[in-house]
Amino acid sequence: MSTSTKPIKTSSRPGRTLAILGLILVSMVSLVFLQDSKSLQLGLDLRGGTSVTLQPRIAPGEEGGVTSEAIDQAVSIIRQRVDSLGVVESEVTAQGSGTSRQIVISVPGDTGRRVVDLVGQTAELRFRQVLASGPGLPATADATATPAAGVSAEVNAKFASLDCSKPENRQGTGADDATAVLVACDRAGGAKYILGPAEVLGRQVSKASAGLDTQAGSAWFVSLTFDNEGTAAFGALTARVTSLPEPTNQVAIVLDGLVVSAPRINEAIPSGNAQITGNFTQLEAQDLANVLKYGALPLAFDRGEVQQVSPTLGADQLNAGLLAAGLGMLLVVIFTLLYYRALGLVTVGSLAVAAIMLYTLILLMGQWIGFTLTLAGIAGAITAIGVTADSFIVYFERVKDEMREGRSLRTAAETGWVRARHTILVADFVSLIAAVLLYIFSVGGVRGFAFTLGLTTIIDLIIIFLFTKPALVLISRSKFFNSGHPLSGFSPKSLGLVIAKEA
Amino acid sequence: MSKFSGLGGRLYRGETSVNFIGRRRRWYAVSGFFVLLSIGALAVQGLQLGIEFKGGSSFTVNTANPSVSLAREAVADAGVDTEAIVQLLGDDKVRVQTKALDPAQNNAIQDALAAKFSVTLGSIDTQIIGPSWGKEITRKALYGLFGFLIVVMIYLAMALEPKMAISAIVAVVHDVFITVGIYALVGFDVTPATIIGFLTILGYSLYDTVVVFDRVRDNTKSISSLSTKTYSQAVNLAVNQTIVRSANTSIVAILPVAAILFVGAGLLGAGTLKDLSLSLFIGLIVGTYSSIFIAPAVLAQLREKEPAMQALAKRVNSRTAPMGVATPAPAVTEERRGPRNQPKRKHRK
Repeated sequence: MSTSTKPIKTSSRPGRTLAILGLILVSMVSLVFLQDSKSLQLGLDLRGGTSVTLQPRIAPGEEGGVTSEAIDQAVSIIRQRVDSLGVVESEVTAQGSGTSRQIVISVPGDTGRRVVDLVGQTAELRFRQVLASGPGLPATADATATPAAGVSAEVNAKFASLDCSKPENRQGTGADDATAVLVACDRAGGAKYILGPAEVLGRQVSKASAGLDTQAGSAWFVSLTFDNEGTAAFGALTARVTSLPEPTNQVAIVLDGLVVSAPRINEAIPSGNAQITGNFTQLEAQDLANVLKYGALPLAFDRGEVQQVSPTLGADQLNAGLLAAGLGMLLVVIFTLLYYRALGLVTVGSLAVAAIMLYTLILLMGQWIGFTLTLAGIAGAITAIGVTADSFIVYFERVKDEMREGRSLRTAAETGWVRARHTILVADFVSLIAAVLLYIFSVGGVRGFAFTLGLTTIIDLIIIFLFTKPALVLISRSKFFNSGHPLSGFSPKSLGLVIAKEA
Repeated sequence: MSKFSGLGGRLYRGETSVNFIGRRRRWYAVSGFFVLLSIGALAVQGLQLGIEFKGGSSFTVNTANPSVSLAREAVADAGVDTEAIVQLLGDDKVRVQTKALDPAQNNAIQDALAAKFSVTLGSIDTQIIGPSWGKEITRKALYGLFGFLIVVMIYLAMALEPKMAISAIVAVVHDVFITVGIYALVGFDVTPATIIGFLTILGYSLYDTVVVFDRVRDNTKSISSLSTKTYSQAVNLAVNQTIVRSANTSIVAILPVAAILFVGAGLLGAGTLKDLSLSLFIGLIVGTYSSIFIAPAVLAQLREKEPAMQALAKRVNSRTAPMGVATPAPAVTEERRGPRNQPKRKHRK
C-alpha cells in the first residue's frame, strides 16, 4: 500500500456536524408533536384483525386480460363494500405493480367472517330500467311515493323503507339478481331506485371513454359503444322507454348492485353508440367511463390469503418483537463494548440516535403515508441493527489500520474515514437496492420488512456521516484516547503494535 | 480479546497470513461438495413447503385447555373430508392445518372448533391460503431475485470492477444454493418469511464481499508499477486485512438475528419471526464463508487470466526468485507458483 505523504487537512469541524444532526433530530421530534402523530400505527398482526389478499382475475367465461384500469375499478368496488361495514381504519389498497397487483383489505378488530365473505364476489355491471326513484331516506308518512306500476307490493314496501344513509345499505354485493327487480341505492346514498331486470350487460359494452364537447363550452360527456348483442338490446330498451313518463324513461347503470348513474333516454339509440351528458366534471366523466370499461370485463377475485389474528396473538407478537429488538440491541452493545472498549461507546451512541430516528420516522410515516408497523417490519428493524453496526466496524477497523501505518489517532480518524467512506457507501447502496426490490416484488408483510430495512439503511448513512465520524474525530482529540489507555480501544496492544515484545 | 486484536495487527502487516487464495482448490472442493449435496437434497427430498405455497388452511385456537383429540373431533364434526395436521403450540394453543378448502368448508371448521372448545370465533387465528397463491408469490420472489442480481451486478461493475461484480454474484448464487440445500436436507418449513430471509441474505452477503473487494481495489491500484506482489497475493493480503472486520461484522449481524430466533422460536413457537430469523441465521453464516473463501478466490482466478496480470506475476516471481537460485525453476508453471509462494514475507521475527 502506498503511504501518501500529503498533509492531512484537519479542517473538519465535528462540532458543527453534530449540531446539524442535533437540529435534524429536534425538528423531527417536534414535527411528531406538532402533527400529533404520537401513536404508533400497528399492523393487524400486532393488534388483531382480518386481512384478505385478493388476486383479481378474469371472471369465468370471459376473455381478455386483466387491465390496470380494471384493477383500479376493482379496488374502488371493494372499498365501497368494506366501507359499508363502518369499521374505522379499514384499508383497501392495491399492492405490487401493473396488472399483477393484488388487492389487500385489512380491517382491524373482531369482525368475524363478514369481511371475508364480503369481498370475494365478482362485481357485475348491468343496465336496468328505472321503475321508481326517490331521495335516499325512508319515505315519511305524509310523502308516500307513488307506487311503481307492475311491481309487487313487497318491493314497494322495501323501497319505501330503504334508508340509503346507512352504510350497510350501500354494500352492494350479492342481492343483484340479473333477472329480478332490484331495489338499490346509488353509490353515495343520496337516492334510491326500483329497477327492472337487467336488459343490457356490462360485457356487451365494447368501448367507453370520457370526452370534452368543445362546441358546448366545457361540457364533459361519456360516450359508449356496444357490441352486436348489446346494440340490439340497448336499441330495444331505449326505443321502449324513451316515450315513457319520468322516471321510467331513465336507464340505470348498476355496478355491483349500486346505481352509478341513471341518465334519461332522450331518443331511441339503435346504432350502438350512445352519449351520456350531464353536468359532469372531468373527474366524474372519467369515473363513469372507467366504470363502463370495467363492466366490459368483470373481474373475479381469488382469495389468495386470508388472515384472522386475534387480539391475544397480536399482543403476543408485539411483545415478542419488542423483546427480540431489545435483546438484539443489548447483545450488540455488549459485544462492541467488550471488543472496542470505550470506543464502543460511540457505537452505543450511534445505535441510540439511530433508534430515536427510526422511531420518529415510523411515527411520521404512519401519519404521512399510512405506514403501519408489522411484525415483519420489526424484524427488519432488528436485522438492520447489524447493518448499522457494520458501518462502524468498517470505519473503526480502517482507523486502526491507519494507526498501524504509524499515523496518530487524530490523523487516522480523518484518513481512515476517506477510505472507509467509499466502502460504506457502496455496501449501503447494495442494501438499499435489496430493500427497494423486495418492496416492489412483494405483498403484505414482506413489504413492511423491506420498508424498515430501507429506512434503516438510509438512517445508517445519516448516522455514520453526521454522528459516528464527527464523534470519533472529537474523541480523537481527547487525551484519554490518544494515551493508548487499555480501555480506550486504541492501545498499542490492541492494535498489535507490541507483539514483538510479547514474543 | 486483546490477543485477537493483536492478531489484527499481524494480519494487517502480513506477518500472520492465511493463504486463502492459494488454497482455493480446497475451498472450491468444499463448496462444490455442499452445492452438489444441496442439489441432491433438493432433487431427492425437495423443500418442505408451508401452506402458503401449497394452499391450505390453518386454524389456531387460543384456549386454556388445548387438546389434539378435541380438535380432531371438531374437524370430523364439521363434516369436511380432509386430512388435518393437528399440533399443540405451547400450553395454550392448538393448531389445525388442512389442505385448500372452499369458503364454506373453512367456515364449517371454524364453527366446529369454536363450539368444541367453547371459544368465540374471534379467538381463533385463521390463515387461509388459496391454491394459486403460492405460484403467485413464488413467481414474485423469483422476479425479485433475478432483478436484484442484475441490478447489483451492473451497480458493482460500475462502482468497483466488472470482474468483481461477476465474482460477487458467483458467491451469492453459491450462498442461495447452499442455504436452500440446508433447508431441503434438514426439512425446515419454507414459508414466505423464509423467502424474505433468503432475499435479505443476498444483500448481507454482498455487503461483506463489497468490503473485501473495496480493499482489494485499494491494494491493487498501483500493483503493476510496483511489481512487488502478484494480483493473487494482493487479494490474499486484502482478505487477511479485512478478516477481523469480516468476523466482527458477522458477529454483530448474527447477534440480533439470534435474538429474533431465540424469542421467535422460544416464545412464539412458530411464525414469521422464527422462519425469518432461521433463514437469516443460516444464510449469514454461509454468506460470511463465501465472502472470505469464495468471492476473492474467484476474483483472483478471473484476473490472473489477464495477460497484464500474468506478466506481473512473472516479474514478481523473477524478483523474489534470485536469492541463491541462479536459474528460475522452469518446471513450475506461473499459475501454480504465484499463489503458492506468497505467505512467506520479509517481516519475520
